[in-house]
Amino acid sequence: MTIHPRKIWPKIEQAIKDRVLILDGAMGTMLQAYKLTEADFRGTEFADWASPLRGNNDLLNITKPDAVRDVHAAFFEAGADMIETNTFNATTISQADYGLSEHAGAIAEAGAKIARKVADEWSEKTPDKPRAVLGALGPLSKTLSLSPKVEDPGYRDVDFDQVVASYKTQIEAMLGYVDVLLIETIFDTLNAKAAIFAAKEVFAAKGQELPIMISGTITDKSGRTLSGQTVEAFWHSIAHAKPFAVGLNCALGAEEMRPYVQALAKIADSYILAYPNAGLPNAFGEYDETPTHMCSHMIPWVEDGLVNIVGGCCGSTPAHITKLANKASILSPRQSPEITPKLRLSGLEPFVLGAR
Amino acid sequence: MSASSNFINIGERTNVAGSARFKRLIVDGDFAEALSVARQQVENGAQIIDINMDDGLIDGAAAMSTYLNLLASEPDIARVPIMIDSSKWDVIEAGLKCVQGKSVVNSISLKEGEKQFLEQAELVRRYGAAAVIMAFDEGGQAETADHKFEICKRAYDLLTANGFPPQDIIFDPNIFAVATGIEEHNDYAVAFFEATRRIKKHLPYARVSGGLSNVSFSFRGNNPVREAMHSVFLYHAIKAGLDMAIVNAGQLTIYDRIPDRLKSRVEDVILNKRDDATDRLLEVAQYYAGGKKRLKKTDEEWRKLDVNGRLSHALVNGITKYIVADTEEARMASERPLHVIEGPLMSGMNEVGDLFGEGKMFLPQVVKSARVMKQAVAHLLPFMDAEKKLLGTVDVSNGRIVMATVKGDVHDIGKNIVGVVLQCNGYEVIDLGVMAPCEKILETAKEVNADIIGLSGLITPSLDEMVYVAGEMQRQGLNLPLMIGGATTSITHTAVKIEPAYTDNSTVYVQDASRAVGVVTKLLGENVESFKDETKAQYEKSRAAHARAQTGRERLSIQDARANKCAIDWDGYKAPKPSFLGAKTFKNYDLNIVRPYIDWTPFFATWELKGRYPDILEHDVYGKAARDLYRDAQAMLDKILSENWVYAQVTLGFWPAVSKGDDIQLFTDESRSEDLAVFHTLRQQMVKSEGRKNYALSDFVAPENANQDYVGGFCVTAGLGEGTRVRDFKAADDDYSAILFQALCDRLAEALAEHLHERVRREFWGYEKYARFGVKGLVAEDYLGIRPAPGYPAQPDHTEKAVLFKLLGGDATGVKLTESFAMHPASSVSGLYFSHADSLYFGVGKIEKDQVQDYAKRKGMSLAEAERWLAPILNY
Repeated sequence: MTIHPRKIWPKIEQAIKDRVLILDGAMGTMLQAYKLTEADFRGTEFADWASPLRGNNDLLNITKPDAVRDVHAAFFEAGADMIETNTFNATTISQADYGLSEHAGAIAEAGAKIARKVADEWSEKTPDKPRAVLGALGPLSKTLSLSPKVEDPGYRDVDFDQVVASYKTQIEAMLGYVDVLLIETIFDTLNAKAAIFAAKEVFAAKGQELPIMISGTITDKSGRTLSGQTVEAFWHSIAHAKPFAVGLNCALGAEEMRPYVQALAKIADSYILAYPNAGLPNAFGEYDETPTHMCSHMIPWVEDGLVNIVGGCCGSTPAHITKLANKASILSPRQSPEITPKLRLSGLEPFVLGAR
Repeated sequence: MSASSNFINIGERTNVAGSARFKRLIVDGDFAEALSVARQQVENGAQIIDINMDDGLIDGAAAMSTYLNLLASEPDIARVPIMIDSSKWDVIEAGLKCVQGKSVVNSISLKEGEKQFLEQAELVRRYGAAAVIMAFDEGGQAETADHKFEICKRAYDLLTANGFPPQDIIFDPNIFAVATGIEEHNDYAVAFFEATRRIKKHLPYARVSGGLSNVSFSFRGNNPVREAMHSVFLYHAIKAGLDMAIVNAGQLTIYDRIPDRLKSRVEDVILNKRDDATDRLLEVAQYYAGGKKRLKKTDEEWRKLDVNGRLSHALVNGITKYIVADTEEARMASERPLHVIEGPLMSGMNEVGDLFGEGKMFLPQVVKSARVMKQAVAHLLPFMDAEKKLLGTVDVSNGRIVMATVKGDVHDIGKNIVGVVLQCNGYEVIDLGVMAPCEKILETAKEVNADIIGLSGLITPSLDEMVYVAGEMQRQGLNLPLMIGGATTSITHTAVKIEPAYTDNSTVYVQDASRAVGVVTKLLGENVESFKDETKAQYEKSRAAHARAQTGRERLSIQDARANKCAIDWDGYKAPKPSFLGAKTFKNYDLNIVRPYIDWTPFFATWELKGRYPDILEHDVYGKAARDLYRDAQAMLDKILSENWVYAQVTLGFWPAVSKGDDIQLFTDESRSEDLAVFHTLRQQMVKSEGRKNYALSDFVAPENANQDYVGGFCVTAGLGEGTRVRDFKAADDDYSAILFQALCDRLAEALAEHLHERVRREFWGYEKYARFGVKGLVAEDYLGIRPAPGYPAQPDHTEKAVLFKLLGGDATGVKLTESFAMHPASSVSGLYFSHADSLYFGVGKIEKDQVQDYAKRKGMSLAEAERWLAPILNY
């Protein structure tokens, strides 16, 4: 099995040894500024679609590709080394909300193509700063470890095989365009495990392997994922993917996220990735943390050697990324710790044989 | 255990193979309660829980998913990692798809070769789990230290070469039973220690685990010795490098607290220090078994026979102690597990069948043999499953029989015995249990393609239900033989009512369990047609005889019968007054008080050992069988009482009453102004010789205008909790204990009724003030007053129970009535109390239509309905 033969990736692998790499900010937040209408979302392609499509941001890869491209370009302009494809919901399961399951593959492929094109243009423009594309795999609208019915805790909306199949469609669609698969915003680790399983199946079938990055979501100060795992338990659950980078994103602002990033940095022998929200949502559900404020919390992560890749999630704009890029990319990155091989298992909590 | 600071306890109770309770919960679909088993394990310190759903009765993959999905919503359980335990890959995979954590697969091995092993290992990786690797290869399970290590090394090299992280490898170098009496087994524990040592030394980062309870298998039933063996084994295994073991986390003895003598003998066994170690442990083992300090002499000569000889001996003598080890040995020596069943086990059972046929073995012994057989087969089943062959019992079945106690009836001891006897003879029995509706019986028969249907029932309304089932078989065209059995059934009823309803195939009445095999053999044998013809001819005769009897039997008119009633002289009679009126319930009645009241003669009759107790214990022919059975019964009774296996409940009441013709009117209170209920009674109509009376129960209650009288009623049960334990026994393939237990519960219920009657006479009603009778006196009915039960000879109408239960408070009695008025649980007794000195037990016998018409009117029933309930006693 060979690593995907894109020329850009070896340069990224080199760069990450020397400096902290910068990830982009929030696609959704940026698209909101366009104040797109139902008609914009439909475009000509889906003008007659039966159900409302407004809010289906991933569909814009097909119906409003220029807007998506402009956002990507803005983040590269701001100094990002890597951008995420606009494919958070480009799975058959999540697109089912719009009746667009059949188009999920096409949406994912269109998103991957746009990102590739913008990245290649910027790589050419700044040969010293190679630009990469992360194929974003979101958490799905249905979850494997939680029952949607309070009265029936054993019930599941969806099963493992269905989730694997859904992710496979997306991965196959993006495989030819992206440098990395990013399984992100994981609030149910079992969904992420299904995504990993899907990726490995696709790699085996195509005889072609991409690096994987994995990013979990700690929902609140309980320090647990929505499905109940601690950061350590989460790492044990997904370490078999041998991710290029592992990290956390979303739900928390930089200030709240720090202890969990720290915990992960201590135990994981992958690169560490972190992209918090621009603070916590205000009374209007908006994120209003300023770039300066966000950086004041994130730069110490870098200074303390906790991270290798930083960026922003909900609410973070090119202004946030610019600030981050200016300050972080000149600092030395985290050095991975030596991790002794031990039997590590997990339930909701971690288990290490010989830990005591 | 001092060396255990880093040792991991894996909870074993969430394993259907290891815990009868857990298995029952899963089979019953009671997943909520099954979760509590896991919770208990975690609370008791299990750091990983092993979950196993491998059982013939369970859809393993579905049960695994359901259980794990539910478990995911219990944070106090889900916090620990799961060990997904199955011999079936599809079950393991189903489990892997439900756990978000990193779990352990238990297990994969080289059993099916390298290709499958590596494929499964790759999937384990892809799902993100660690794996237990058994020391098992294409040649079988490794027994010696060299072989164990050799297989583990080969697996390790293969895995690590294919990218499997060595720290995710856990070896299980096979913990086997020691002290089995077989010399080669003596070194099993030592071999495990040595293999562990080498694995830890030569295979970096790999871990070692094992299933601990195997090691003490030969001491099943003796928990103190087993726990000591576990503790000693762990002590040495942990020193050798054992990292974890599947254990009952709540039940580990501390090594330093094992009594010295026991410890040293156990050490000798575990470390194989001396040739006579097993004998020496056996010698002392009994001092520690269940508190009894009696040293029993055991004749272990037979252990020196070859494995087939030992299996045969165990079957004929009903010894389960070594059966799993012996079966395992036979399996290892056989090409296929099925051959063990077809070979030594079947030949042993044939010997049992022959001895039974020759009258040299008796039912209790046969049922014990069946238990041995079942446990042997249960041990083989997983291996046969693994072979992807059909279940052995299907393979070797001589025929398939669907059996059931019919709808409305709850009595099944006799049916269970028949089932076991048939199974012993190589028939497959699908037992639908009690209260089986007709549709279920017929559907099952069709579904499994049954060869015979067997119906059982104890109470009279079941006779009607059997006729209905027979009619439905005819209507639906089932065309397979129908067997009829149970206490109220008879050749006459079968011939007159059932056979005519079902003419497509044979209907055969089976008088008792001993005859069941004969009948089935004939029905499925080559000469079936001649047997069917014989049966038909016999029933023809039976019908003719019945018809003759009908015409010959002269009856009195109901008026004449009433004229000849038992006319008690009520003049000047002063009825005793009960100490309370209305109903009272005593919960958790102490059964220890009741034990001396047990009448053992019917107990032996249940097992078809006929004769009076205690003479039966010295019987020429079946004295030994009776003595063995009695000893087992006493031992179980000890446990039933000391461990509260069942709860008893007593409800009784008294009400002011007068007789009005053949009815008994009850009042709400002493003022006798408000009617409460009416008991209807039936009167004998047979022609009596001079001076003999035509009785009805109402004769025993004072009429209006006489002195004020009372009647009482009661319901007692000794069967609360009975069903669960019966299921547990059956789940453990121990039908002998199940049947023994049911028979004892029945006896306890009867004894409770006797005991309560005594208290009623002496205390609650208080009319009998003289000295207490001995038990012998009780059974011989040497006392005043009676306690007849609806549905029995003095009042054959079961529907009267409805009146009684309403008075007693219905559900408050702890007993429910089925649609046929059977009491559930079955180990229950109810009846009325009459106090008058002249009251006596009698049989109503056959009655005429004039009385039935009158009775129907009094009860507010249609004639047809009354005739249905009274069908067995109609003289027309």
